[in-house]
Amino acid sequence: MDHQTFVNYKNYRYLKLILWMVLVAIGAYALHQPSFGAYGGTWLGYVLGSLSAAIVLLLLWFGIRKRQYNGIGQLKGWLSAHIYLGAALLVFATLHTGFQFGWNVHTLAYALLVLLVINGFYGVYAYLHFPRMITENLGDDSLQDLLNKIAELDRLARTHALQLPDDINAIVMKACQETKIGGNVLQQLTGRHPDCPTAAAVKVLREYGHDLKFGHPKLYRELYLIMLQKETLVARARRDVMLRSHLEVWLYLHVPLAVALLVALTAHVTAIFFYW
Amino acid sequence: MKRLSHPALKPEHYKIAIIGSGPSGLSAAAHAAELGISHILLEAEQQPAHTIRKFQKGKLVMAEPRALPLRSPMSFSMGSRESILAKWDEEIVKYGINLRLGAQVCTIKRMAQGFVLGLATGETIHAEYVVLAIGLQGNIRKLNVPGEDLPRVQYQLDDPDEYEDETIVVVGGGDTGVENALALRHKNHVILINRFSEFVHCKEANLAALNTALKQGEMECRLSTYVEKVESTPDKAYPLLLSVRTPEGTEHIPCHRVIARLGARPPRDLLESFGIQFPSEDPAAVPQLTARYESNVPGLYIVGALAGYPLIKQAMNQGYEVIEHILGRPVEPADEALLRQKFAKIPYINSVEQGLTLIRQRVPLLATLSSLQLRDFMLESDIVALNPGDVVFRRNDYSTSFYCIIEGVVDVYVKDENGPPNFHLYTGEFFGEMGLISGRRRSTTIKASSHCLLLESPRQTMLRLTQSMVSVRRMIDAVSLKRTVQLHIGLSLSAAELDYLVRNAKFRQYAAGEVIWHQGDKADGLYLVRSGSVAISRLIGGREVVLSYVSAGNYFGEMALITGTPRQRTARAAVNTEVVILEAERVAEMMERNPDLLRQLNARYLENVRHELSDEIVQTSADSGNLIAFLVQQGIGEATDVLLIDETICTRCDNCEKACAATHDGTSRLDRKTGPVFDQIRVPSSCRHCEHPHCMKDCPPDAIRRSVDGEVFINDTCIGCGNCVVNCPYDVIQLASVDSGRKPPSLWQWLLFGRGPEPGGRAGAPSQNATKIAVKCDMCKDLADGPACVRSCPTGAAIRVSPQEFLDYAVWRKSKVG
Repeated sequence: MDHQTFVNYKNYRYLKLILWMVLVAIGAYALHQPSFGAYGGTWLGYVLGSLSAAIVLLLLWFGIRKRQYNGIGQLKGWLSAHIYLGAALLVFATLHTGFQFGWNVHTLAYALLVLLVINGFYGVYAYLHFPRMITENLGDDSLQDLLNKIAELDRLARTHALQLPDDINAIVMKACQETKIGGNVLQQLTGRHPDCPTAAAVKVLREYGHDLKFGHPKLYRELYLIMLQKETLVARARRDVMLRSHLEVWLYLHVPLAVALLVALTAHVTAIFFYW
Repeated sequence: MKRLSHPALKPEHYKIAIIGSGPSGLSAAAHAAELGISHILLEAEQQPAHTIRKFQKGKLVMAEPRALPLRSPMSFSMGSRESILAKWDEEIVKYGINLRLGAQVCTIKRMAQGFVLGLATGETIHAEYVVLAIGLQGNIRKLNVPGEDLPRVQYQLDDPDEYEDETIVVVGGGDTGVENALALRHKNHVILINRFSEFVHCKEANLAALNTALKQGEMECRLSTYVEKVESTPDKAYPLLLSVRTPEGTEHIPCHRVIARLGARPPRDLLESFGIQFPSEDPAAVPQLTARYESNVPGLYIVGALAGYPLIKQAMNQGYEVIEHILGRPVEPADEALLRQKFAKIPYINSVEQGLTLIRQRVPLLATLSSLQLRDFMLESDIVALNPGDVVFRRNDYSTSFYCIIEGVVDVYVKDENGPPNFHLYTGEFFGEMGLISGRRRSTTIKASSHCLLLESPRQTMLRLTQSMVSVRRMIDAVSLKRTVQLHIGLSLSAAELDYLVRNAKFRQYAAGEVIWHQGDKADGLYLVRSGSVAISRLIGGREVVLSYVSAGNYFGEMALITGTPRQRTARAAVNTEVVILEAERVAEMMERNPDLLRQLNARYLENVRHELSDEIVQTSADSGNLIAFLVQQGIGEATDVLLIDETICTRCDNCEKACAATHDGTSRLDRKTGPVFDQIRVPSSCRHCEHPHCMKDCPPDAIRRSVDGEVFINDTCIGCGNCVVNCPYDVIQLASVDSGRKPPSLWQWLLFGRGPEPGGRAGAPSQNATKIAVKCDMCKDLADGPACVRSCPTGAAIRVSPQEFLDYAVWRKSKVG
């Protein structure tokens, strides 16, 4: 049974393709000795430049094809080509520059392209790395399932706390009302919530446990267990948010960079016509 | 309602008086009105069609028999109680039916010229002819115990939502009782009482829903239980006390309400007072009538349920016909023209009667059907004429029709359809019966050997027949048993040897998960899987590891028979499974007598041993075995194609769901997020295209079909009744609004201008008139490149596997993914 993914699609069809193309490009670059030195304006420079521009357009088309649900071919094939051709761009575009850089729109386009490809590399890493961790963390549950369970535990905790001293009740109420799962971008990415009221409540309850002055020991033990369960669930939910943000965060850069590259590339190509 | 009454100053005279405004009475009155005949329609209640008005609110009313044409000025087609009644109310006015409500007829006297009808109000009506269409519901069976008429003891249920937080005892194990109990259970504590030990008179869908409700503790049930008495109590919490006799003794049930649904019987005393005679003392007996629906009292006609025609459409046709009969006009049955057309394919048949006789004579399977049953059966079947060499169906096709040979011979090819046929079937025999049982691909190719006439019947029609006629079912079972054995192990056996081998063979059913035998058990026979599938496992390191799985149409258990040792594996039904068990002694004896059989079983045994010892399985079985067990547990044993998601590379982009929605009118038929996960493989909520689809069991318009390539799909005749949604054990069918006027979102509009939803999202709310129909995965059968979900997965996490592949997949995955 052959399970094809975007990495090994059709037995690494696109990896093989770009390896050949890269070898040919490097060979041609090594053999080509233009009289004014290597740069984008030689015949090889134009060939590599046109090839790179064509590849960029093809890669941009992925955003369209992804949403054409009955488009040509399999989407994993498109992604496979997207990744390998994108990686190859680093070579083609670099050779196209002839290592001539400056403070101009041409180098800007190149820089954007390099950033975009590096960002894409992270994307591949994320796609291969985080999905497994998400499942390990969640199992059969969805994030919504966890939130529902947390809400149920909150309800139980509140009923228990009502019969306990006021200070405990206040801590539990605070834990129920103010515990956050997502939070700001930093909290989502790190999964850290240093002032978590649930963690604080568990800590306080544990300390009370050493020194049981009030009655209802059974009620207290139950409450402690409930809060402990909630703390675990909250931790899992936060880890889910964190893993998902790691899985997706690069896309928030990938798409704007792609648009910026398209603009810079258009400027670069238009400018070249003025050199003629 | 427009009431057309006449002044009661002097006795009124009419040509025809119709008593009872149910389907048959309304139809008769409409036809009389249409012809301009003086008539009166008398209804005891304050509304016409009282019985149908008493159906449960929103109940879907069926238009059976489906193929029978309606012959009445009144319209009728399958629909909700409310829509049918609204239409009839309109038509009563439209035809100018002379309807009198609240007119209960107490006496009918035959005079020299016609009849005199005495009403409860004291008025009298004269009529030349009387049509009695009062049905049975005027005489509902009561509990017949003390307290049967107490308030809160009721014999009907209009709107189940009226009751809340009550303890309600529903008495009666028929469909109505079960439907009432199920509808009440959401808001009340319901106890269902059935005097039988099983629900024998219940539709399969109701039975399935009942079993689920009982299993989940949503209601209670007492079987083999009789009601003894009902008492009212001063206790405000429980105003009634019901005493019942259970097999364990008398039980007193405090409750708020008793709803008894015990059916109805002809109002015998009333009818006898009209002079009508009954053929027997049986309380369920209906009056004896002529072919023209006339009773023993000349001029007094009886139609509808009271005449023994309980179905609405039949009753309405009778209403029309009785008026024609009264007018002395010849009228042929409503289905005559259709049947004549069908029989036209047989050149030497000139009349429908002759055709029906031919079928009875030629096909023993159908010989015992009553005239009415055979006509209904013929309406839904087709006569097919074939030339020599014509193919009826091919091996591995997914067709489900059942065939009887009216004339000619067919050839049966088990493996190679170009070689010589393996055996023949002759006039009067039938084939295609495996399609009724397992829903698998055809196991043989059938070609006409001579000029042939076949009777082709749809699966649903055959299933209905086998459910109602025990003799037909037995005959099919007996033949199918022998054929199963012949196809799978007995091709080399003579007819006598085959007979000997299957003698004492048993059919046995196992529930999903039930153990068929344990490792170490004594071998009692050879097992053939008729439907479902079986997981074969072994204890390895103290854990039960599934080694292989046997699908329908294959056999297992040969290992112990050949080696003469106890069972070395455990066999467990993966899903609800039916097997045929051949006695061990007979199989052993046959192996001695017939070397071919011995060779065949031996080869199979050696193949199995080799397979199990092969390095792949042994090295990885301890873990991949568990994955197999998990997949089997998820119903993959009965799947023909299932969607799996490899969570190690699923980026949760939901492109699979969006692609599904974009392909199917904005509603995704799969839910990626739900469904169990094992070893990073998720089985999402999506159709498995079961070999024997549970959803097909009870589809009133027969809208769920299997295409030749195996996809199970719902066609556009779906009426949105929701039976399939209830019957699917995997929760993958939903009711969704369809709105053909709604436009799919545009990708470019969204991308360039941010207008409208993203493709694959919801295309706005459907309009108010949008109807809801059942939708499910159809594997994108109309798309050339396969299912959109798999094609739109960017990483390749979504895959589809068949049962033949999933074992390989589990092993492969273990070796690759680790």
